[in-house]
Amino acid sequence: MEPLEKEYTMKQSDDGSRRYFLKVSSMLCLAVAFSPSAIVEAFADSKSKTTKKENAMTQTGATRPASEQVADKTAIRPFQFSFPDAELTDLRRRINATKWPERELVSDASQGVQLATMQKLARYWGTDYDWRKGEAKLKALPHFMTEIDGLDIHFIHVRSKHENALPMIVTHGWPGSIIEQMKIIEPLTNPTAHGGTAEDAFHLVIPSLPGYGFSGKPTKPGWNPVSIAKAWATLMQRLGYTKYVAQGGDWGNAVSEVMALQQPPGLLGIHTNMAATVPPDVSKALAMGGPPPADLSPDEKHAWDQLVDFYMNGLGYALEMNNRPQTLYGIVDSPVGLAAWILDHDIRSYQMIARAFDGKPEGLSRDDVLDNITLYWLTNTAISSARLYWDTRHTLPPGGGFFDVRGVTLPVAVSAFAEEIYQAPQSWAEKAYVKLIHYNRLPKGTHFAAWEQPELFVSEMRASFKSLR
Amino acid sequence: MRLKEAEHAAKAQITCIVGPHSRFLVVLLAAAMSLTAPARVLAQQPTQTARQNLGVATVTKTKTGSSMPQPGTMRSIDTDAIRPFRVHVPEKAITDLRRRIRETRWPDQETVTDRTQGVQLATMKELVRYWLTDYDWRKAEAKLNALPQFVTTIDGVDIHFIHVRSRHPNALPLIMTHGWPGSIFELLGVIDPLTNPTAHGGRAEEAFDVVIPSMPGYGFSGAPTTTGWNSDRIARAWDTLMKRLGYTRYVSQGGDWGARVSESLARQAPPGLLGIHMNLLLTVPPEIARSSNAGDPAPAGLSEKEKAAYEQRKMRSLGYFIEQATRPQTIGFSLADSPVGLAAWLLDHDPHSYEQMAHAFEGRPEGGLTRDAILDNITLYWLTNTGASSARLYWEEARFVFKGEVPVRAAFTVFPGESFRAPRTWVERTFTNLIYFNEVDKGGHFAGWEQPELLAQEVRAAFKSLR
Repeated sequence: MEPLEKEYTMKQSDDGSRRYFLKVSSMLCLAVAFSPSAIVEAFADSKSKTTKKENAMTQTGATRPASEQVADKTAIRPFQFSFPDAELTDLRRRINATKWPERELVSDASQGVQLATMQKLARYWGTDYDWRKGEAKLKALPHFMTEIDGLDIHFIHVRSKHENALPMIVTHGWPGSIIEQMKIIEPLTNPTAHGGTAEDAFHLVIPSLPGYGFSGKPTKPGWNPVSIAKAWATLMQRLGYTKYVAQGGDWGNAVSEVMALQQPPGLLGIHTNMAATVPPDVSKALAMGGPPPADLSPDEKHAWDQLVDFYMNGLGYALEMNNRPQTLYGIVDSPVGLAAWILDHDIRSYQMIARAFDGKPEGLSRDDVLDNITLYWLTNTAISSARLYWDTRHTLPPGGGFFDVRGVTLPVAVSAFAEEIYQAPQSWAEKAYVKLIHYNRLPKGTHFAAWEQPELFVSEMRASFKSLR
Repeated sequence: MRLKEAEHAAKAQITCIVGPHSRFLVVLLAAAMSLTAPARVLAQQPTQTARQNLGVATVTKTKTGSSMPQPGTMRSIDTDAIRPFRVHVPEKAITDLRRRIRETRWPDQETVTDRTQGVQLATMKELVRYWLTDYDWRKAEAKLNALPQFVTTIDGVDIHFIHVRSRHPNALPLIMTHGWPGSIFELLGVIDPLTNPTAHGGRAEEAFDVVIPSMPGYGFSGAPTTTGWNSDRIARAWDTLMKRLGYTRYVSQGGDWGARVSESLARQAPPGLLGIHMNLLLTVPPEIARSSNAGDPAPAGLSEKEKAAYEQRKMRSLGYFIEQATRPQTIGFSLADSPVGLAAWLLDHDPHSYEQMAHAFEGRPEGGLTRDAILDNITLYWLTNTGASSARLYWEEARFVFKGEVPVRAAFTVFPGESFRAPRTWVERTFTNLIYFNEVDKGGHFAGWEQPELLAQEVRAAFKSLR
C-alpha cells in the first residue's frame, strides 16, 4: 500500500458481512494517475489537503460540522476501490457449491439461459477467471466521486490531451456498467493513436448510474431517468463543461433522451445506440398483440418482427424489475442465479455471450462478461440496479414504452446496430427526432455496442458529432 | 434405463441426487407393515390394486436398481402399477439447506415502507430466522407420511398422489389439483372435511374420496424430460389416474393451475367426469384479456362487478408469470441455488397471499397460512429441486391455445382475496353449464390452504346436484 493511501470501509450492508474498501488517495497519487484538467484540479485541490480524511469519514457515515458537510457536497473526490481477497474467495466457494436445476427441455434458448452455458460459465468463473486482471484495468483509470442530490455518484473522467476535444457523458444501462465503456475510452480520448484526427477527440465522463457499480444506492424512491438526467447536467456543470454531448444505449438512451428534453445549458445533442423511435400506432399495435399497421417498409417490418419477438419472449425480467425488484433475493444470494439473470437481457446478446463460453467469442470475451457480473456481485448491486426499473415505472407520470418516441428536439445521432433488440429504421428515426444529424445501420453488433463493437462504435461517435463541434 | 434418466423418476424409486452436495433418499416402503421385505415388482392388475383399498399394497420396489425389471420386458405392466410411497429426506440434504440459509447474502432494504417493491427484507429475515431455528421438516414429513401416498407412472412420468377414501360408501370421487407456487401441502387441510364430513358439520351423503396428485415437475412427481406437459396432457393423465384407481365417475377441483387442469379435463369431457369446481378463472373473455393486458381503460358497458374485476386484473404484477412463461430456466438457476431466493419467489404470487404470509412471519397468522405451513411448501420445492421444473408449466401453457365454450357442468367460488373477483358473467362466457356460483367472505388465492373448511363447504355445495 502506498504511504499516502488509507484504507477505509466505504459501505457496509446491514448484516455487516459485506464490505468493500475505499482508498482515498492523495493529490500526489491522483496526479500520477492521470493529467487532470485545470477545472478538476481546482476542485480537487481546494479540498484534497484539508478534507481527504474527512471524505473517508463521510463515506463511513461519521459526523462532521455542518459547514464542512455543505462544502463537501460539491467536491469532486478522487476515488479508488479495492475488494479484499476474502470476498473473492467467498464468491468462488459459492460458485463451486452451486446447486443446479436440471437441464432445460429444449435444444435451444427458448426456455431461457441454458444449463450447459451456465455450467461452462461457472467452471471458468470458479477456476481460471481472475477478477484482479479486469480490476487492474479499471483501477488504471481516473475515478471520482461527487455527491449530487444527496447521493454519491461515481464516475470515470478522462480528458483528452487535445484541448478542443468535445466533452461527452456516456451512460451505461442494465445489465451493464462502466465496464461496457472500457474499450472506447482510449480511442475516443486519444484519436490520433487510433486512426482519427485531433478534431475527433472527446473528453469522457462515464458515470455509474445510481444503485449501480460504485455509485451510492438510493435509500428513497425517485431516482429515475428524469432525476438522473438532471444529476448528469449538474455533474457536467460541476466539471466545468459549458458545451457537451450525451451518449447512451439501454437506460443510457433513456437518460440521454431525457437530458435532451430538459435541454440543460451546454447540451449540444445526443447520440443513441438504442433509439426510441417506435411510432404511436406501432406501439399500440404491439401492446395489443398485433396485427402490425399496414404498409410497413421492409426495414420497418423487420423492426416490427424484432419487437414482437422481444415483447412475446423477452420482457419477463423487465416486468419483474418494474414491479417487484426486491423479490429477486436469489440474484443477490446466488452467483449463478445472478449470472443467468444478467445473461438473459435479450436473445441476441445472450446468444453472442453463449458463443463466447462455447469457445467462439466474437464481440465479448468470457472475461468481459464475468468482469461485469463480478462487479455486480462484489458491489452487491443486483437489486439496487433493478430498482431503476421500479423507480421509472412508479415515480414518474405514466409515460410511453421504453422504445416509444419521446419528442426530442435537440440534435440526435442514431447508430442502429443489426442485432439490437430492434434495429431502428431510418424512417422512424426521422420522425422521432426532428433534428436527426446522423443515421447509420451497422451490419453487426448486439445490445452492448460500445463493449462489443468498440471500433464501429468509435467511428460512429466521430461521424455523429462532427457537425456539432 | 429410462427411469434413471430422470431425476424425479429416480426420486420415486430410490435415490435422488440433489445438486453436487447432497443425495437424498426417498424410500418406498410398503404402506402396510404386514408386508415383508421389499422384493420384486409384482405384476398386478391396476383395478385390482385400486380395489385392494391401497392400504395393503402388494406392489413395491427394491432399493437396488439391479433387481428391477428391464425396460421393455415388464414396463407395460410395471408402469400401470400403483406403488405405495413414503417420504424420507436424508439428514444431509437438510444440513446442506441449513448451511445455505445461514450463509444468505442479503440485499439492502427496499426503499419504500410498504410491499410495493416486492417481498420485504424484514419479512425475509424473519422467515430465515424461523427457518433456521424453529422450523422442522421432519414434522412435515410426518404429516405427509400419515396419509396414504402412492406413485404410478402415467405417460412416462411418475405421478405422486395422496389417496384418501371416505368410510362412507357412496362417497363421490374427487381429484383436486394444486397450483403454483403451491403443492399438495395446500390441500392437506381439506382432506378430512371432505372425506369425513360428519366430523365437520356435514352429512354422510356429502362425503368424497379424495385424490390429490402432485403435478408433473412438482413435489414428488417426476419432472418431464420432454416438452408437451401442459394442462391438456396433465388432464389426460388425471383421467388415466382416476380410471386406474377404479373410479368410473368422478369430479375435479382446482384453483390456479389446478383450475386450468380442471378446465382442460372438462374440455376433453372423458366418460365419467361429472363436473368441475374452480376457484380461479383463467379463461376470461378475450376482449377483456386483450385490453386489460394492454393497460387500457375499462371498455364501455361493463357492470360494476366487471369493472372492479377489470381494474384488479390490470393491476396485477405479472413479472413472475411472464418470466416463467418465457424464461423458466433463467430464473430456475436462482431457485435451485438460493433458498432465500426460492422462498421470496414463492411468497410473491399475489398481493393478498403475500400479505397473509408476511402476517404469519409478523406473528399474526391468518387461517391455515402459518409459518410452518408456508415453510413446508417452500422446503418441499427446495428438497425436490423443483423451482425450474414447476416454472416450466407456465412455458408449456403459454404455448397451448384453446378456445371456445365448455359445456361440462361447472361450479365456481369467488374468494374475495383472489387476484381478481371473477364476475359470474365472465365465468358463464366460457362455462356455459354453470351449476353453481358463489361468493364467499374470506380467503384468497390459496383457498384450500387458508380456509380449508370453507373450501370444503363450497365443494360439497357445488357438487350436491351431481351425486
